[in-house]
Amino acid sequence: MIANPGNQPEVRIGFYVCHCGHNIAGVVDCPAVAAYVAGLPGVVLSRDYKYMCSDPGQELLQQDVREHRLNRVIVASCSPLLHEHTFRQATAAAGLNPFLCHMVNLREHAAWVHTDRHAATEKAKALARAAVRRVTWHRALEVKRAPIHPQVLIVGGGIAGIHAALVLAEAGKEVFLVEREPSIGGHMARFDKTFPTLDCAACILTPKMSAVGTHPRITLWTYSEVTKVEGYVGNFTVTVTRKPRYVHEDRCTGCQECVAHCVYKEAKFRDEFNEGLGKRKPIYIPFPQATPQVTLIDPLVCLNFKKGVLTNRCKQTCVEACGDRQAIDFQQQEEYLQIKVGTILVTTGFQTFDVRRMPQYGYGTFPNVYTALEVERLVNASGPTGGEVLLRDGRRPGAIGIVHCVGSRDKKTNRWCSRVCCMYSLKLAHLLKEHSGAEVYNFYIDLRTPGKGYEEFYDKLNTEGVHFIRGRVGEVTDWAVTPEEEGKLVIRVEDTLAGFVRRIPVDMVVLSTGLEPRHDAQAVRRMFNMSCGTEGFFLERHPKLAPVSTFTDGVFIAGCCQGPRDIPDTVAQAGAAAAEALALIDRGYVEQEPNTAHVLDDCSGCKSCLPLCPYAAITIDPVSRKAVINEALCKGCGTCVASCPSGSIGQHLFEDDELLNEIAGVLAE
Amino acid sequence: MKFSYFPGCSLKGLGRAYEESLLPVMAHLGVELEELDDWNCCGATAYMAVDEAKACVLAARNLALAERSGMSQILAPCAACYLVLNKTKHYFHDYPAMQQTIGRALGAVGLSYRGATAVRHPLDVLINDVGLEAVKQKVERPLSGLKVATYYGCQLVRPYATFDDAWNPTTMDRLLVALGATIVPFPLKTKCCGGSLTGTVPKAGIRMVYILHREARKRGADCIATVCPLCQFNLDAYHAAVNSRYGRVVVPTVYFTQLMGLAFGLPENRLGLNRAAVRFAWRPPAPVPASRPVAAPPLAPV
Repeated sequence: MIANPGNQPEVRIGFYVCHCGHNIAGVVDCPAVAAYVAGLPGVVLSRDYKYMCSDPGQELLQQDVREHRLNRVIVASCSPLLHEHTFRQATAAAGLNPFLCHMVNLREHAAWVHTDRHAATEKAKALARAAVRRVTWHRALEVKRAPIHPQVLIVGGGIAGIHAALVLAEAGKEVFLVEREPSIGGHMARFDKTFPTLDCAACILTPKMSAVGTHPRITLWTYSEVTKVEGYVGNFTVTVTRKPRYVHEDRCTGCQECVAHCVYKEAKFRDEFNEGLGKRKPIYIPFPQATPQVTLIDPLVCLNFKKGVLTNRCKQTCVEACGDRQAIDFQQQEEYLQIKVGTILVTTGFQTFDVRRMPQYGYGTFPNVYTALEVERLVNASGPTGGEVLLRDGRRPGAIGIVHCVGSRDKKTNRWCSRVCCMYSLKLAHLLKEHSGAEVYNFYIDLRTPGKGYEEFYDKLNTEGVHFIRGRVGEVTDWAVTPEEEGKLVIRVEDTLAGFVRRIPVDMVVLSTGLEPRHDAQAVRRMFNMSCGTEGFFLERHPKLAPVSTFTDGVFIAGCCQGPRDIPDTVAQAGAAAAEALALIDRGYVEQEPNTAHVLDDCSGCKSCLPLCPYAAITIDPVSRKAVINEALCKGCGTCVASCPSGSIGQHLFEDDELLNEIAGVLAE
Repeated sequence: MKFSYFPGCSLKGLGRAYEESLLPVMAHLGVELEELDDWNCCGATAYMAVDEAKACVLAARNLALAERSGMSQILAPCAACYLVLNKTKHYFHDYPAMQQTIGRALGAVGLSYRGATAVRHPLDVLINDVGLEAVKQKVERPLSGLKVATYYGCQLVRPYATFDDAWNPTTMDRLLVALGATIVPFPLKTKCCGGSLTGTVPKAGIRMVYILHREARKRGADCIATVCPLCQFNLDAYHAAVNSRYGRVVVPTVYFTQLMGLAFGLPENRLGLNRAAVRFAWRPPAPVPASRPVAAPPLAPV
């Protein structure tokens, strides 16, 4: 047990209870709390104040420290997450060690969770009493600084990762961009046009893609995944696994002679880039503008591989075609690379809702039911039909139904609004009408067009003769009731404006699928030590004030991995995340919270703490045979403190005397 | 595998053919059914609509009896019984007030219910407990060439999709495919059969029956297979009214258990096939006598 550090003459506590406007004062009687605390031992001064975080509030605190020679400060207000930094700064400005300041969370722990004013006030008093006892035992602590690695890792090469990578590289930073797919570009590369300006998605994206590919400060690793992350802000060690493409990136020139000379004369395998609407060969380049312009071999279908093992069932005409370049290598193995970075940007994006979860819409049963992403490829000039709207049976559709909110705003599937579907549905309605001349029906619940030029785009569609029917579609069926419905897909919907059920026969159905977290978001979350919201998207540190930060310092998020958003918002967020990373890097160091563990004299050297430390921060001193904790590595998790059999590990800010007195304070009358 | 068997009124009355086919089929598969002693009305349809509490109390008495008999699972073949028993279980667990009402009513007759009895439907048991492999092994006369429209009706999977999808149930499809039948795409799988409208507003009710028959016929079905006595009754008993109003569209309606009995080669006259108004004349092709096993030729030396 550490002896009472209060060998200074006298503990002089200043206590402040903050009204936080009505947030706290609406439920807790703040003046009563202040009056109660004034009578507690050691308290020299006790005040209630409207906004402690305001400049005058901080000024008041500093003035009091000086005038009343305070040596402890307690602020009872909101969460330390929000303002601990503020009040520690103010304390330090008054000439006191910032760790002699302590916060009580009256807002989240009392005001927001209770309605009974009397009981909430009593609880506030108990929490304040606990803080008074705790802070008495606080010691002055030093903040340590650690240098920051200037390199940045970006995970995910969609538009968010691409934009952030270019911003950082242009600012002179070394960037590693890791992408799981064989090419960067993400979902945006598959879109035809972008709303509301109808810019060609490829035209605005591909220059950025090739800039990433050629930038001297960007190391691009496609077909690769991050498999391990260790360390902490400023000093991460990351392992990247590169999957074998069976084509050497540095030797391939992208001439695609190998593709032309593959023993398969016809492309016959599912083309992932075109959502399976087109076909590709076993050796292929994902799409014309793919970055890097390097082919790859799909070992699942290449004749040279059978069950992933090299066989000799193929004449290897591709190798012959490649010739002296010798880029093709059937022996290529998985590669593991280790890099050191200081900051990480996670921009892993989204996946679209799996429409098979809603069998009533007939996807997979009726060939002419499409997902929106399929239609993006269908209307695209470089898509499988060259931009002509042709159904799977080769017919041209005379009528098309677009079903909104598939897998969005639905308690049975995903509850959230996916934000982009209304607008991309309108865009597809425009493009389908333009390309096919068909009658187009939109079935919507509400049309949400909150963006620059979005409402105007909707207005434009109204003048183009696109039909809008308000109602959630009940089912898509081939059950024909009238002769006109024979051979058609019938959309059954309650028209909630007209007040009756409609049956609309169409030739083609487009399901506007919502956005959801990637299937492996939980694994990614664990790897980067992030949190997820209830819906599974990565959680930002604060929805308004720290929208691209996570709860792990040095790890930032941007784009749809944090929640559904459109391209402009994604790019803005990616820029913000890059700027946050830049700010960290350019400061050059990170401050480390001094809440580290430390070994006391009675350590017997039993080593039981060694395997428990998740950060490998504990070693045994060969001379003293006692445990030693590396403060730079310790993250203050407390595992060793709790597990030490002899109780001989302490932790700054969480010392036994501080905690025991705090508990005694809560329980005291 | 042993279940407390709750027949409900239908299986002893208009839906007798269901019981007559269910019992031998289940016995053939080694599923023991012990009829619940002193069972009463399940509380379905009219009761539920007029007074939910009374309906639940009626259903709960059956659940309590099953619990007292020491059986952990109750088998309810009728879709209406299945729904009401399930609904009562849900209400019992979700609404404390309902739990009290049920407790009081049962207490008055010296019964109690803890909420443990599982309510199962034969389709659920056949797919998940018996298993399609075991079913396949019992097939003597595959239903080759029989085209079936599978019709689940409204109550089996809604509102509680307990063992199958609410929008596109497939358990009966899979079962009948295992028996060798061909399933025709039938988009009206879960549409209303007319329910009691055939009695109260016959014009509307009979139109609904017609819609089902018309679609089944259009899809080339030889019969409609059902899991519900009320569906079977509506689709079968009103054949004359439907045919005279809309022309000859009616196809035979059978219980899925009757098709199982045929495939298992059980005596045809004991499957209740003669009870239907619209005769189902189709029979599986005669079994091919098993060919004698031929000894494999000796392997050539490598």
